[in-house]
Amino acid sequence: MATGMAPAARKLPDVQETMLDATLTETDAQASLRRSEADNPSSLVMRFGTDAPLTLDAGPAIGPWQIAYQTYGELNAERSNAILICHALTGDQHVASTNPVTGKPGWWTLMVGPGKPIDTDRFFVICSNVLGGCLGTTGPASTNPETGKPYGLDLPVVTIADMVRAQAMLVTALGIDQLFAVVGGSMGGMQALQWAASYPERVFSTVAIATSYRHSSQNIAFHEVGRQAVMADPDWCGGRYLEAGRNPKKGLAVARMAAHITYMSDQSLHQKFGRNLQDRDAVAFGFDADFQIESYLRHQGMTFVDRFDANSYLYVTRATDYFDLAADHGGVLANVFKGTKTRFCVLSFTSDWLYPTSESRAVVHALNAAGAPVSFVEIDSDRGHDSFLLDIPEQFRIVRGFLTGAARARGIAGPAAEDIR
Amino acid sequence: MTDLADLSSDVRIDLKLIANLIEPGSRVLDIGCGDGALLELLERTRGVDARGIEISQEGVNAAVGRGLSVIQGDADSDLVQYPDQSFDYVVLSHTIQATRNARQVLDEMLRIGRRVVVSLPNFGHLDVRFRLMFLGRMPVSKRLPYSWYDTPNIHFCTIRDFVELAKDVGAHVDQAIVLDASGKRLPFSLPWIVWNVLGAQAVFLLSRGGR
Repeated sequence: MATGMAPAARKLPDVQETMLDATLTETDAQASLRRSEADNPSSLVMRFGTDAPLTLDAGPAIGPWQIAYQTYGELNAERSNAILICHALTGDQHVASTNPVTGKPGWWTLMVGPGKPIDTDRFFVICSNVLGGCLGTTGPASTNPETGKPYGLDLPVVTIADMVRAQAMLVTALGIDQLFAVVGGSMGGMQALQWAASYPERVFSTVAIATSYRHSSQNIAFHEVGRQAVMADPDWCGGRYLEAGRNPKKGLAVARMAAHITYMSDQSLHQKFGRNLQDRDAVAFGFDADFQIESYLRHQGMTFVDRFDANSYLYVTRATDYFDLAADHGGVLANVFKGTKTRFCVLSFTSDWLYPTSESRAVVHALNAAGAPVSFVEIDSDRGHDSFLLDIPEQFRIVRGFLTGAARARGIAGPAAEDIR
Repeated sequence: MTDLADLSSDVRIDLKLIANLIEPGSRVLDIGCGDGALLELLERTRGVDARGIEISQEGVNAAVGRGLSVIQGDADSDLVQYPDQSFDYVVLSHTIQATRNARQVLDEMLRIGRRVVVSLPNFGHLDVRFRLMFLGRMPVSKRLPYSWYDTPNIHFCTIRDFVELAKDVGAHVDQAIVLDASGKRLPFSLPWIVWNVLGAQAVFLLSRGGR
């Protein structure tokens, strides 16, 4: 959901100004690059015509539409070794490759790559940009084929199930019947659970990390604050800012600042920043960024707007708010997974208060009641929700072990060292 | 599947005994499964559908790391989540003495599983009696390695005690195997009183209503 935290020792840009806008430094080149990625991503892209529309929970189908994706590793002859990675709220398909807009490395290189827990020497890894995103999959920044202008809010609201339906069409188009695994953290974990619910026969195993089966009232509340911040920005222009040549950066930056707090724990904030002052010896008795935490949040806000579309933020936050797996099955979560043969691995983190362990446990209890094979660990970490993106060795060990066991059961050839058991 | 007889002697003797009691291809829940040694043995030698619950994060990590379906949980509070008769066997291996409410745990196990397997260290063993009687100290030994003030084992019992509890919760003892301190099986013909003194550990196969 979030980018990893900047190391505490790193000096943040000198942010002295009271107002956020003076710190918003996106160049025109960056802005036009971000714009062009929405329709013509530099990654792979699968385009579907009007003959293959995407049906949406909100009602209307959309088409033509497209889904941008990256792949790593090679699909084996049996087509049995494909792993779909679902990204979090503002992530993208560049899970282990350089992001074209920011120039930064992939967002989960600790987890995905040659010899990594999700081993690209062994598995064929697919990661696609979510529906409603802004990096090449159809979203509010994409050109509406009917008008030739950006969709804006004319794109129907999308859901987690819609995102998964789009991914399923991509997976089919790639000639894969059954995925070996669907893996995701946070909103990606919701998609992983939704995959197991919507297409149980197409998912051999599922890894759901730091996630929930439904958005809580508190989760919705935080997202609403973010959306209101975006919409309160005069540059939002009722959602038509792209045509107006404007960008509600301030609103989006504030939304990101608020959200970023929810990705960290009180303890990790305290350890990293405490009440330390930013480049000064005493408080300035003003509204400058006196404290390091203020400077840090501003930095998070302003780097975010360089890479993300404000309307997309409205769509993806709404999708998670609407997520409630049990609601579609008479309110009984166990019914969602009745008769499933999928193997599950559920992970939570002790200090994650955004999607606390109790919600993972509810998923695990439902899976137990449904008789599904499930592994569950609550990992000790003081880094909050962001833990799933960080260097937490325990997490890597478990994901590696789970996938190794599942691969053995699925009959996927492993590295030589694997065969000693 | 590997044959049980082919296993090297480093597999704990009580685990082998338990594996022998379990029908191949059945569904097994191991409560307090530790690092998953028994579950792995059962998967390999009995081809069972193996599930586990373990309270320690260390144990769960190790078990999931070896590809087993194990969840972090507490026998005292989490068994209610499982439907009636959802497993062929529910196993409690050297764990009953660490539960808060042993009676309730056993009761839940009999509800969840068609059969229940319990193995336990015998607190009535000669060695324990000797240490209490002549040294006047709580026993600390290779089999019972914890000091009284720092032990997860809060509800030790003897073989006789356990048989009484089983009767109390309406369970039938289908089979009982008692091992002496060297891991040798005590003859079936010996009376309970001898088992209770010479037995270092015991394995019980229980069910409601008998076979």
